[in-house]
Amino acid sequence: MPAGWPASRARAEPFPTESVDFQGAGRPLGTIGASPVGPLSVTSSDSAHAEGPSSHPQAATLEFRNVSKTYDGSSEPAIQDLSFEVPAGDICVLVGPSGCGKTTAMRLANRMIEMTSGDILVGGVSVRTRQPAELRREIGYAIQQIGLFPHATIAENIATVPRVLGWPRERIRARVDELIELIGLDPAETRDRYPAQLSGGQRQRVGVARALAADPPLMLMDEPFGAIDPINRERLQDELLGLQERIRKTIVFVTHDINEAIKLGDRIAVLKKGGVLAQYATPVELLMHPADAFVEDFVGSDRALKRLALTRASEVELRPVDDGLPFALVRDEAGRPVAWERDGERHPVHTVRGDESLRDALSDLLASPVELGAVVDDEGRVTGVIGLDVIHGLLAREEEGEA
Amino acid sequence: MSAPTILAQADSGFFRDRSSNGDSCVANNGFCPDWIVHHLDRYVSPFWQHLFLVVVSVGLGFAIAFVLALVAHRRHRLVGPVTQVTGILYTIPSLAFFFLLLPITGRGNKTAIIALTAYTLLILFRNTVDGLDGVPEEARDAGRGMGLTDRQLLWRVELPLALPTIIAGLRIAATTTVGLAALATFAGAGGLGDQMASQKEFISNIAVGGALCVLMAVALDAILLGAQRLLTPWTRVRAA
Repeated sequence: MPAGWPASRARAEPFPTESVDFQGAGRPLGTIGASPVGPLSVTSSDSAHAEGPSSHPQAATLEFRNVSKTYDGSSEPAIQDLSFEVPAGDICVLVGPSGCGKTTAMRLANRMIEMTSGDILVGGVSVRTRQPAELRREIGYAIQQIGLFPHATIAENIATVPRVLGWPRERIRARVDELIELIGLDPAETRDRYPAQLSGGQRQRVGVARALAADPPLMLMDEPFGAIDPINRERLQDELLGLQERIRKTIVFVTHDINEAIKLGDRIAVLKKGGVLAQYATPVELLMHPADAFVEDFVGSDRALKRLALTRASEVELRPVDDGLPFALVRDEAGRPVAWERDGERHPVHTVRGDESLRDALSDLLASPVELGAVVDDEGRVTGVIGLDVIHGLLAREEEGEA
Repeated sequence: MSAPTILAQADSGFFRDRSSNGDSCVANNGFCPDWIVHHLDRYVSPFWQHLFLVVVSVGLGFAIAFVLALVAHRRHRLVGPVTQVTGILYTIPSLAFFFLLLPITGRGNKTAIIALTAYTLLILFRNTVDGLDGVPEEARDAGRGMGLTDRQLLWRVELPLALPTIIAGLRIAATTTVGLAALATFAGAGGLGDQMASQKEFISNIAVGGALCVLMAVALDAILLGAQRLLTPWTRVRAA
């Protein structure tokens, strides 16, 4: 079975639970995986996999080598000597102010725009050696305007690339249904609809499904959530991360929103005017050590808070409960926190769930009169104590350590 | 343009004895249902002849305009010149067109079809180009970005999306050609115009010929509209 697309798992586990209620479809959680959807019987899907969903099931590395682009009739380059490497299976976010060339950079990779000099390698192969149309069929492509074909049904839209590739009808059908499920919609209900009949968020999901259809080793996404309202945008971001957990594609994601970049990126390439790479780093590195004043300004004055948002409370070294704290933590028999106590006086306990971000934990600490938080596990039992010193210590270590 | 006037000038002197059946209505040159019912058969062959002229002319016109539009779609600077040339063709008075062609192509279908075809080019070309121009840019970009070739993009995305505008052009072309084809009698190509001209002062004859022209235009329009509805179901879906 190709590593890139474990279809049976995709059926066994519904798409991230957040998505299920979102359409207002009101389907109970279990139906996606459990309903005996006819065409998606195990056999039909397995036979599709026997042939392999595509010839490129694995994620591919992407490498920009001294890439420059100057548009005809322009004296200023749009991209200047851009070099970076994205490991297979990582999300690389291209971010920067408008006019920094981030979309241009992305479109160079599938030759929608031809570079002036330098080279781009996908899976170690120069894109210059490929026929543009053939190359593009192996690279998923999702854009902000989505660009669904209004005259084609959702199934036909998703099937665009498989059809061009000449997949057999049955395999296309199975693949389309599989993808509609993957994006959290109901195949029977959605398949024969037209794009105009879907909500904006649903259309955007279909756009992503269409880009995934031929199981490309590399995906290009140009502000795919740019036109979506903030709440649904968060949701789509979470879904993308959940999806990525399973499909492990190499993704180039363009956005102008630094928060989106920090949330989604394994690596972030910050571009500045003229298509110059200001910094290429992991989100933590970017926030803790901005390369220059431009990056520092771009990531924002709250970069310490943004950095805290990247780490969960359970991931830092907590203080033990009996660590000479100024307050004693009173617990019940199950080990759940009851109150802080000093000199016979009790104070309420702010609990921090282990999966909460340090940013949220900090917010709790600031609201707590004792400036301490009890970190609890799923059963509500105390696993340790978090204080301002823990958070400060983390930031201070990173500030020094990687400078 | 007033067809009866022209007919009277161009075809004076020809007169058929319409009082032969002794009907007083006919003798009084009235609108005579009885006469019409009894003489409907004489309109059958001209009707089919007329339809033949319309269908062939619009079909040929569409084939030519379609190819021109596809070329102009790739090289957009050609849109202006092609529009001008077809526009000039469109402004030539039809009678002048027929008479200009007669020495070259002679009396018959050929002359009529050449002229009628020429008149359809402007509208069919413009509408096809407009339809292709109206394709949403993002659909085109997505198509190219997914690896469709120019040809695949044209046949799978652009032409289907241009279809409503193209068919709208065909409807106008078909309807106007039905009217123009009535003048094909001057090119010696027959049709309902021939039948009308043969007894141009007999009101019942003109009424039947005219009504059949209208009927044909309406029927062709309905067929094209039906085809459009069949081929473009997505234009009628309700938004979510």
